[in-house]
Amino acid sequence: MISRASPPPQLLNALPQRILPTTSAASRSSRTPASPPRRQGRGLATVQDGNPQPPKRTKFGGLKDQDRIFQNLYGHHGADLKSAQKYGDWYKTKEIILKGHDWIISEIKASGLRGRGGAGFPSGMKWSFMNFKDWDKDTKPRYLVVNADEGEPGTCKDREIMRKDPHKLVEGCLVAGRAMNCSAAYIYIRGEFYHEATVLQRAIQEAYKEGLIGKNACGSGYDFDIYIHRGMGAYVCGEETSLIESLEGKPGKPRLKPPFPASVGLFGCPSTVANVETIAVAPTICRRGANWFNQFGRERNSGTKLYCISGHVNNPCTVEEEMSIPLKELIEKHCGGVRGGWDNLKAIIPGGSSTPILPASMCKDQLMDFDALKDSQSGLGTAAVIVMDKSTDVVRAISRLASFYKHESCGQCTPCREGSKWTEQIMQRFEKGQAREREIDMLQELTKQVEGHTICALGEAFAWPLQGLIRHFRPELQARVKGWAEKNGGEARAGGWAHDAQKQGLLISPGQ
Amino acid sequence: MASKVLPFVAWSLPRSARLAQPSQCRKISLTARAASDALQVHRDAPNNNPQIPFEFNAISKKLIDEILKRYPPQYKKAAVMPLLDLGQRQHGFTSISVMNEVGRILEMPPMRVYEVATFYTLYNRAPVGRFHLQACTTTPCQLGGCGSDAIMKAIEDHLGIHPGETTKDGLFTFSEVECLGACVNAPMVQINDDYYEDLTPESTVSLLKALQATAEATGAAGGSAGLGGHSTAGMGSTQGHERGQGKASVEQHTPRTYGGKGVKMPAPGPMSGRKTCEPLSGLTCLKEEPWGKEKLRTDGAL
Repeated sequence: MISRASPPPQLLNALPQRILPTTSAASRSSRTPASPPRRQGRGLATVQDGNPQPPKRTKFGGLKDQDRIFQNLYGHHGADLKSAQKYGDWYKTKEIILKGHDWIISEIKASGLRGRGGAGFPSGMKWSFMNFKDWDKDTKPRYLVVNADEGEPGTCKDREIMRKDPHKLVEGCLVAGRAMNCSAAYIYIRGEFYHEATVLQRAIQEAYKEGLIGKNACGSGYDFDIYIHRGMGAYVCGEETSLIESLEGKPGKPRLKPPFPASVGLFGCPSTVANVETIAVAPTICRRGANWFNQFGRERNSGTKLYCISGHVNNPCTVEEEMSIPLKELIEKHCGGVRGGWDNLKAIIPGGSSTPILPASMCKDQLMDFDALKDSQSGLGTAAVIVMDKSTDVVRAISRLASFYKHESCGQCTPCREGSKWTEQIMQRFEKGQAREREIDMLQELTKQVEGHTICALGEAFAWPLQGLIRHFRPELQARVKGWAEKNGGEARAGGWAHDAQKQGLLISPGQ
Repeated sequence: MASKVLPFVAWSLPRSARLAQPSQCRKISLTARAASDALQVHRDAPNNNPQIPFEFNAISKKLIDEILKRYPPQYKKAAVMPLLDLGQRQHGFTSISVMNEVGRILEMPPMRVYEVATFYTLYNRAPVGRFHLQACTTTPCQLGGCGSDAIMKAIEDHLGIHPGETTKDGLFTFSEVECLGACVNAPMVQINDDYYEDLTPESTVSLLKALQATAEATGAAGGSAGLGGHSTAGMGSTQGHERGQGKASVEQHTPRTYGGKGVKMPAPGPMSGRKTCEPLSGLTCLKEEPWGKEKLRTDGAL
């Protein structure tokens, strides 16, 4: 769930069709009037070949039921094998497997699927890393590890897949496992999801009984096993290397990369960690075709996605929608709007707790995909939308996230272990305004010192929400400081000391 | 002699007076993080010391054999997490004897087991009540529904305990936990293995009352293992058996209930009347009959 990988630059260069605000006025005037607002475009510091083409589609959203992958999202039918087969699962799986790894990976690449766990790394490319040169001369086992350790605050999509569509995941493991020539898959479920693990385990047993997995899976001559491993409540185990550590029976503390898991991973063997949703959509992509999947969403952000909308909306829900759907449409169409109307909106966290917050002014025409949110200095993350209306104490909301990260830091890297504690303490003072205004900059500086200096991305994960708060809600922080000053007869000293601490004879550091 | 003692007294008196002043030093955190509310180190106690014998029962032993088959034979220690969990379900909490026994079975140094048991928050290294209430208070739960603050207050008022404490009768342990991954069903509480979602203060109190009535009617004593404490506990996640009802699907058309002696427990899941994660006011999508095989690719690739 936490990852800092992003697509490599050559991928970005390979696509000349992007609209660029840096193009000449002449080419801009040639655009159709229906072109999207300029702020969704991105300037790349690269030379682009040819003239930028206007995008084929400019309106997104309104996915039809016939194009939804997770048809059982609301429990239309049971989670058993019979019902799953009735609605298209396990159909022609043997043929897909017999097509071989090159075909599956090229389909996934052509579909433009990007990892659904947060970082959005192109899945086809990631899977192809497993089939490195001379991989077939290696006799070691190879593993697919499915990351079902869903712990990002706001995210609850994998749980719905596992308890209602477990066969999509089981079949996905087989298809993705075949693409990577894996011998077994481990599904790492967070420990709190006891019933989800039960449902999934039953699905696996059904599949074994029918010969769909195991020896000679689906009669294709390919052997593949699937095992479940239950986590025990550590958020940091959602990071891929720490998940591998945890699976090996150790405390889940992330490993340094390189070596990447694709060369040395689980039990010292080549392995790949992928999110549940990524794996679960793979068979449907193969069956319905890469072009079908690719038609949804903007260029390079294709496909459908499960969005979880929580917080101050009238009807919080999980829903499958097209990528690049406007945020406002998503909320108004599926969640009955923001409580008290759209004008009552204060801020939105668009992609789970570790993405920076967006103020209401930016939410009006925000598109929900990886690139558009990146351009707004936030991120799609796991597409967990947390909505806050005007009644929200936004400082407290972010402060609670700071305590979350303090609780969940594994304690391996000093910047994260100590930094998360400091930021929590500072934020708790800011909740009351018991701070000095310049401590806002201090906090900003502190998060910048953590970011990028830790083994895993938890450092970024706790730094970004704070940076987002400072970026967009600085006046609110300042107002709190002023409010405290008025109530207590003077602005607090840095560190939360009373303004007259020195007069009281307290020993506080000089220069306050 | 006095000439030797007096200067010392004269010097040390003001010093001790200075030290007695209210603390002026800043707190600097230097320790390892404490992920759980419990103490990081083990302290021998009457109910938790290495002299207390612990052995897995017959059912657990069968499960252990099954679990060990999942991992490569040279990596037996990968099974430490499921085995500790099994031990916890049998014993009620992860005592030092459970850890030692797991270490013995997996042939790993005890310290490696202790490392794992202290790192993960779901291992209770101190006894918990029969019902372990874990209320989520992370931001989505804090905001959603009526907000987790109201739920926390309702639980505290009804049971008279604060997070991290156990009721006197040993029936309830109350903890405040981080995100449990049911954010669209906020606010929510996990009771042993079950999620109770979409709570209001009223439904929380009625839930607690139902739990108390169940415990009373079935004569369940506090302090014993939780609802999952009977001997087949832990079977579900390793063998796929649902507890409670034989063939309940997740749809919960027929709610899983823990019945017994005329007492009915509310079924786990949303308490607001919705089935799972759909919008409360009615479906906004997936209203048509689902597609089957007719929508598949027609380019002949398969």
